[in-house]
Amino acid sequence: MSWDWHYSGEILPDLLNGLRYTLTATLLGYVIALVLGLVWTLLRRSPSRVFNQVVRWVTEFIRSTPLIPQLYFVFFVLPAWGVTIGSLTAGTITLGIHYSTYTAEVYRAGIADVPKGQWEACTALNLPRSRVWLDVVLPQAIRRVIPTLGNYLIAMFKDSPMLLAINVAELLFSAYQVGSKSLQFLEPITMVGLLFVVVSVISSILVRRLERRYATN
Amino acid sequence: MSEVLDSYPQWLDGAWVTIRLTLLGGALALVLALVFGLAGTSRSAGVRGLNRVYVEFFRGNATLVLLYWFFYALPLIGLRFTTMFAAVLALGLNVGAYGAEVVRGSINAVPKAQYEATIALNFTPFQRMRRVLLPQAFALMLPPFGNLIIELMKGTAIVSLVGLVDLTRVSKNIQGSTGQTVASFTVVLVLYFVIAQVLQLFVRYAERRVDRMLGRRLPPEPSLGTIAAGAPGAGVSG
Repeated sequence: MSWDWHYSGEILPDLLNGLRYTLTATLLGYVIALVLGLVWTLLRRSPSRVFNQVVRWVTEFIRSTPLIPQLYFVFFVLPAWGVTIGSLTAGTITLGIHYSTYTAEVYRAGIADVPKGQWEACTALNLPRSRVWLDVVLPQAIRRVIPTLGNYLIAMFKDSPMLLAINVAELLFSAYQVGSKSLQFLEPITMVGLLFVVVSVISSILVRRLERRYATN
Repeated sequence: MSEVLDSYPQWLDGAWVTIRLTLLGGALALVLALVFGLAGTSRSAGVRGLNRVYVEFFRGNATLVLLYWFFYALPLIGLRFTTMFAAVLALGLNVGAYGAEVVRGSINAVPKAQYEATIALNFTPFQRMRRVLLPQAFALMLPPFGNLIIELMKGTAIVSLVGLVDLTRVSKNIQGSTGQTVASFTVVLVLYFVIAQVLQLFVRYAERRVDRMLGRRLPPEPSLGTIAAGAPGAGVSG
């Protein structure tokens, strides 16, 4: 069996349509991950030890369980509790929450990398807490973590095919559907694979550029 | 809840499939990581190129896409695998590519003077690796490897989408047959968490042993460098 160029051209619009869903879920999920991750990090700095440990275990739990059962959990359990939710929304939210536990680690390491002298200077200047965080610590921490956060955007993009578990019509799902219509799977799935490689290679070049730009040493 | 727990033979069978996939996939990933990671430190540009092609291709691809490709596309050109084999191959090739970056980065992170000393002592390239560079690089590799094996364990859930009855598939089946949605999906998440914690314990133990062997203490807090190394989608810079 050889490659069918005519068929490849024919299925392209379907795949691009799937790509739209993939990108929507990835980008919106990424926004959730960035914001929620920062929330986790700040919660973990609370003065209460018990509260800290609870947050630590919750994030550890989310981080060490797989995405697909988490997708099932959100997609099937929420309706049981009376919340109706579309599959794309469920997928986006789950992806975002899952990765927020990774970004939280990154922020934490970023904050720990801010030199101690900066904190001491803030104390010496008697700056209020909000100014310390917003004007001194976070700007420096976030600058350092930009490349690592960039890597997580790529990682989320590569995890997005798993959303097909709850029937989100993303890229791989569309490829599988056009494939099962004609029973020609080779072309659609290979095209999806190549697309992933191309996007990943281009974005890892961009991340490497970010690393050079934001290098601290 | 009791209906869900009564199906424990099914849970155990599912867990066994998940564990087997983790171990087999991990073994394949480790071999590939060492072979291609060492290739990445070679002086020959051709061998290094081989490392680049493998790493960029398999790290750049989604594991589920690889699995679908092995499972649905390759049989059409005459290559037929069992589901288990296709899954181990997809997971091992993918995680091995991350691992290769870890190996390459760790070997490059061993202080240059150590390498120069081996040349001064007239070591052969094999002795250099075996006696000096690898043992030290190994301590650097362990934390990111620990992350990777947990990523791999989580990655095994994709096999539920091509018909293997692993933990995830069992939870879906039990949810279907008992209608206990909350209980089935909570139990499966807890089981995965337990497996991850056990893996974590093994890794911590190995880390402590290697650190003691080399007589050094690594900082307990993860730094940005180690996070970047263990991140899915991230390599080791340098």
